[in-house]
Amino acid sequence: MNEDKIERRKFLTKLSLWLGALPAAIISVPVFSALLGPLLQKNKQEWRQIGNAADFPVGTTKLVKFINADPLPWAGTTAKSAAWLRRENEKEFTAFSANCTHLGCPVRWEAKAELFMCPCHGGVYYKDGSVASGPPPKALVRYQVRLNKDVVEIKTAPVPITNITA
Amino acid sequence: MKKWLKKVWHWIDDRSGISELIMPMLRHPVPPGSKWSYVFGSATLFCLILQIVTGVGLALLYQPSSDKAFESLQFITNQAVMGKWLRGLHYFGASGMILMVGIHMMRVYITAAYKYPREMSWISGVVLLLLTVSMGFTGQLLRWDDNGVWSAVVAAEQMGRIPLIGKYIARLLIGGDTLGGQSLSRFFAYHVFLFPGLLILFVTFHLYLVLRNGISEPPKPGQLVDPKTYRAWYKDLLKTKGVPFFPDAAWRDVVFGVATLLIIIVLAYFVGPPAVSKPPDPSIVYTKPSPDWYLLWIFALFALMPPAIESYVMFFGPIIVIGLLFSLPFISNKGERSPIKRPWAIVGSIATIIIVASLLVAGAKTPWSPNFKTKMLPLSVVNTTDTMAIAGSRLFYDKGCLYCHKVKDYGGKVGPELTYIARSLNAKQMTIRIVNGGDNMPAYGSSLKSHELNEIVAFLKSRR
Repeated sequence: MNEDKIERRKFLTKLSLWLGALPAAIISVPVFSALLGPLLQKNKQEWRQIGNAADFPVGTTKLVKFINADPLPWAGTTAKSAAWLRRENEKEFTAFSANCTHLGCPVRWEAKAELFMCPCHGGVYYKDGSVASGPPPKALVRYQVRLNKDVVEIKTAPVPITNITA
Repeated sequence: MKKWLKKVWHWIDDRSGISELIMPMLRHPVPPGSKWSYVFGSATLFCLILQIVTGVGLALLYQPSSDKAFESLQFITNQAVMGKWLRGLHYFGASGMILMVGIHMMRVYITAAYKYPREMSWISGVVLLLLTVSMGFTGQLLRWDDNGVWSAVVAAEQMGRIPLIGKYIARLLIGGDTLGGQSLSRFFAYHVFLFPGLLILFVTFHLYLVLRNGISEPPKPGQLVDPKTYRAWYKDLLKTKGVPFFPDAAWRDVVFGVATLLIIIVLAYFVGPPAVSKPPDPSIVYTKPSPDWYLLWIFALFALMPPAIESYVMFFGPIIVIGLLFSLPFISNKGERSPIKRPWAIVGSIATIIIVASLLVAGAKTPWSPNFKTKMLPLSVVNTTDTMAIAGSRLFYDKGCLYCHKVKDYGGKVGPELTYIARSLNAKQMTIRIVNGGDNMPAYGSSLKSHELNEIVAFLKSRR
């Protein structure tokens, strides 16, 4: 009889724990989906018009602003991104991400010095985006850019993230 | 009336057991001689309570939405009745909490209060430290101005250094590929629900451990902690010499805690919260992000570290530091507790204070950043009649040289001061340096025309 009671208690303990785990496991699925949401959704990148070719004289580097791919209605100004667009010649454009490759701060183009400079930790890049001095581990990341008839278009992209081996 | 009130209270107390729960906690015996060095933990708790209360107040006025948060911050600061003061309280409360948590931890380390049987107090304390810093970081971000959005990006970049999964952690942190509608909701949920929930959980645990294991007695040189005999010895100490926690020891906590709160109240009123300046627009690139003071030392570390090892330090650094903190009570959990007999603990603590303090100062001055605000050198400083040198002085500003080099009271501090450069370098050496760069200076060879180069050299030659 006593033996039975102990067995019964063991069974009831297991039953309670497993039974409790069931709703916990089920409920955690949608909760973790919300937490991991940004990784689960597929984001299509878009081409955005950023101006007429005539607005960008050959040899100049200008700040262009555009809206990220598929912004949420409540994103407001945070949906915007910036890039530095350089017109190499009649046909070719280069678009640099405004994010420093060191820690992502916004680099600014100093036109007369022909350098990109970062205010955070003093990273400096040449006009072709390569590192001139300071802590950045690699050149400025480039966006895809194309000329569609006379309109310059830039392709949206994720914030460039520098990895450990860069 | 008084009699009646007493009756009501007795009924409530009898049916709820409030006194039964609280009194043993208040009256629990503590070792004698626990004086002013024991007040920092409770001061941290006072700050936490302040943060919860003022946080609720701010949440009544705040809009946790990526597009509206900035405007609601301006509403709180400029329109809401005493809103600016409320923000100030929450800001200085955070500062106070970080400061107190740091001092509390250092006190525990110096007096080795983490040794047997209080290892778990230390471990839960490290968790609380990490949570407190996370609260500070997410909190400054909720201001959601230019600094807020760029702080999010900088944090994402640091997460990016985690091998293999770094990119995903970074995406998770900012709530997508880029900043946007999901970014602020996440930081808000962490700062207002997740982290405070964990904080309250671990604070409760931390305090429960104080009751279970007792506070550590003030250390005496030669009085060793022996896990085999300590508990019995401690029990006896309390029995023979213990004094009730309240009010014999607690009055100091109250005095110090109230003083801390009063200082926070005054600073909040007269100094006020950090200003919110530019809107959270990642396409505004003319901004200089920098964290609140308690994270400035990490910000400074990233500027001063050799770039070659930096990415590795960003990943391994926190793992090593946090790992060491957690393992401290396992590395040494018995023996001497007195700081006089543990000189290395004192040396280590002082070294930590000096390093963090000097990094804080460096982080406030940012000598590694180009000084974009510098003005062109006036003729009084140029102080020459040579037209070439005068033209060179203008180029010196236009080409960005002055952003990094100091001349008299103008310019930046990234590179060497050039006020008297002609005393140590001749024209040829200057030319080589400007054309080729090096030692953290960009090469100007391709961007300067030859007459421009000559003019800049002429200007530098006049610096003697």
